[in-house]
Amino acid sequence: MVDVWARLEPHLASVQKPARYIGCELCAEVPPPSPHRVGWLLVYPDTYEIGLPNQGLQILYEILNERPDARAERTYAPWTDLEEVLRRENIPLFSVDTHRSADEFDVLAFNLSAELVYTNVLNCIDLAGVPVRSRERRAVHPLIGAGGHATYNPEPLADFLDFVVLGDGEEVVGEINAAVAAWISGGRTARIDVLRALAGIEGVYVPALYEPRYLPDGCLEVTAPIDAAAPAVVEKRTIADLGEWPYPKQQIVPLTEVVHDRLNVEVFRGCTRGCRFCQAGMITRPVRERPADQVREMVQQGIRRTGYDEVALTSLSTADFSGIEDVVMSAMDDSVGCGNVSVSLPSLRVDAFTVGVAAQIQKARRTGLTFAPEAGSWRMRQVINKLITEEDLYAAVDSAFSQGWRRVKLYFLVGLPTETDEDTLGIVELASRCLQLAKEKGHNGSVTVSVGGFVPKAFTPFQWFGMNTEEELRRKVNLLRDAARHAKGVQLKWHDTRASLVEGLMSRGDRRLGPVIEHVWRAGGTFQEWSEHFRLDLWEAAMEAHGLDMDWYCHRHRTEHEVLPWDHLSAGLHKDFLWQDWRDSLDELGLEDCRWTPCYDCGACTGYSIEHVVASAVPPAGGSQGTGQNLLWGTEVPVVLGARKSSQVPV
Amino acid sequence: MKIQQRVRFTKLGKIRFLSHRDLARIWERSLRRSGVQVAYSEGFSPRPRLSFGLALSTGHESLGEYLDIDLARDVDPLELPGIVNPSLPDGMVAQIACAIEPGIPSLQQAVISSTWRITLADVPVDELTEGLERVLGADELPIVVERKGNKITLDARPAILALTQDDVVLEAELASQPRSLRPAELLRAIDPNWGDGRVLRTHQWTLVDGARREPIPLGDLSSRGATPTPHAGARA
Repeated sequence: MVDVWARLEPHLASVQKPARYIGCELCAEVPPPSPHRVGWLLVYPDTYEIGLPNQGLQILYEILNERPDARAERTYAPWTDLEEVLRRENIPLFSVDTHRSADEFDVLAFNLSAELVYTNVLNCIDLAGVPVRSRERRAVHPLIGAGGHATYNPEPLADFLDFVVLGDGEEVVGEINAAVAAWISGGRTARIDVLRALAGIEGVYVPALYEPRYLPDGCLEVTAPIDAAAPAVVEKRTIADLGEWPYPKQQIVPLTEVVHDRLNVEVFRGCTRGCRFCQAGMITRPVRERPADQVREMVQQGIRRTGYDEVALTSLSTADFSGIEDVVMSAMDDSVGCGNVSVSLPSLRVDAFTVGVAAQIQKARRTGLTFAPEAGSWRMRQVINKLITEEDLYAAVDSAFSQGWRRVKLYFLVGLPTETDEDTLGIVELASRCLQLAKEKGHNGSVTVSVGGFVPKAFTPFQWFGMNTEEELRRKVNLLRDAARHAKGVQLKWHDTRASLVEGLMSRGDRRLGPVIEHVWRAGGTFQEWSEHFRLDLWEAAMEAHGLDMDWYCHRHRTEHEVLPWDHLSAGLHKDFLWQDWRDSLDELGLEDCRWTPCYDCGACTGYSIEHVVASAVPPAGGSQGTGQNLLWGTEVPVVLGARKSSQVPV
Repeated sequence: MKIQQRVRFTKLGKIRFLSHRDLARIWERSLRRSGVQVAYSEGFSPRPRLSFGLALSTGHESLGEYLDIDLARDVDPLELPGIVNPSLPDGMVAQIACAIEPGIPSLQQAVISSTWRITLADVPVDELTEGLERVLGADELPIVVERKGNKITLDARPAILALTQDDVVLEAELASQPRSLRPAELLRAIDPNWGDGRVLRTHQWTLVDGARREPIPLGDLSSRGATPTPHAGARA
């Protein structure tokens, strides 16, 4: 057992935020190492303050530590100053729980929430003293795995990962543990033995057992298994009932400042609003609500165990939870004994009803509300199937300003399919009108517009879309800056369009990008999601060095029959469903939320014989978005719904 | 009427790398978790009413940190450490608590000096001895500090109330009124090459009727079963 603390400690006084590295949080018990337990090091490849709140990692941490045959610890990417110390002093990557050396664990499991962390993954593997390329690893080395949303196209990392998990981790993590335990107790035979065993588990993809073949034009011909143990298509895992998994039970309470520093209770998983740009909404289907009683219990116990004074009810769109009003009100009532507890809804739907709920729960600290209309014109919002009317938005903003909020923040995307300058400029028009509503209320409200460049993702209807060039995205941002200058009081913020380009490269890239990632990492390009460390020049140089064309990967529209790098993986969604949704999008046709309307067979339920778990068969009050009618006013939304379902549209 | 208690606690081991701000958050949550009802401030954004004494630099350890708590419901001060300790992280142990009279000077105002134990394992013993003799024999000890962006020179000599050496360990009593002299400033003024060493605050002192005394009288600390040293694990 190698505890690196004694060697690490003398250097911690000289690095920024040393509390990132000390552990000591109150959290689940980590059992002592034992040959009968598979040792997992769960790695979040970004800083502690970004990674600690990650619920996926915390859920697996608890589930593993409850098992008699597993133990799990955590680590996060060391900041550049500590990395320098580790390399200089020859100290390996370590767990924050017990400061054990990373190479003593049997499995290093990475959480991949975003593409720009890929170089950090390589850096962490290397700091662990493990060869970065999977084919160079031997039986003594830890297995390197990954899960999280970005793993739906894991191909750029295929050279570096031993196994990849698609979908919900709660069940499959135990099956992986059993396979690894059997391999270890069998004497750690050749590495291929455990890889084959892992490939036999549903939801687990072993990249080394597949090989891509390319056509003369550079497109993929196929990615096919080269080993009998590997299935032709790897299906994602989906837990049927969130109520069976009330995790985390003992959320980790950090000792130092982190993002989202509050109790988080996941109220449902999955979303079927059907926003076409949203990968999360596509890959996490169907909707699985947690029983309301369990939500109440988790809030109550969580507040008591953690000492937090704030709880966030999390999901992709919490206002859609059946009976959301009752749940938040009773959560607050129950918490009274524990002192002043506030409830927050991190993802607000854009309508007045939602603001009403927010007003009831956010009695104090009523500072800012955030909405995401995503596009500036109704036409554009039909293309992306984010069916918010201007009336919805104005009613929400009006309600917010009437009820004491001073700041409204609006999220938008630019670079969406079929977007014209008129659509783009509609963003500032919407924002100006919102500001006008504040003035009518007689106070100086502010409206902040936050703009991101759209990046197409795997398993969405927009996976065929050639994203806007960096110049085009920048031009649109500048267009907005000019327009916002004339709209006094509207503040504009935008994401770095160069970072969107690299995100786009990774999100739909193939295995030929492996050497590019390695090149950028070797050139020192870590922490690429941090603007002060982002280096587009490194990525461009690496692409050129390997004879690859950024344009071809990012800006090219794919055709219907092109083989995509993730075609041998499945999120349950039929490819022809996605293609039809893409065609509908170009025809500006909307599609309803199937939670409350008949099934259109996207494949996510039918393929796995599961169903939505929703307590209420009718949409929540006020939620016009995607339902085909405005429930607040009892009128229809002027949306043309998809031809495939035209007979089912309420008339 | 306000119910106020003063608590003395340690900051030892790995958690020495927490900042002063971190400490405040940890105490808020630990008190809430242990069911101690703390009074909240009024206003738009109510906060628990906790007031800490002189900030301890990140990376320094301490046997004697202090905190004043406004309670919404009274707790027996003899029991408070036992109630809150299970909720505190390893290395942080509440040793003793006592009720305080409302209106007494705050910790920030009352504490006049602290005693520090500074271990400089990498500096030769004679060099330490020599440095100490030089400083104690001098009439003044200029240090440069930054104030509102300007560098100004202050005389640190009057703030050195005591300074002794035992092998590589220095023991220093440094004044905190009118300005706190930090151990790092002292060391840098003696010899910039010494580094920061390992620093432990052992005592804080107030003046009561002309006599030096800790902010909580510690006379019967041991008889109450509270121990001023942490459990062994905290040192790991």
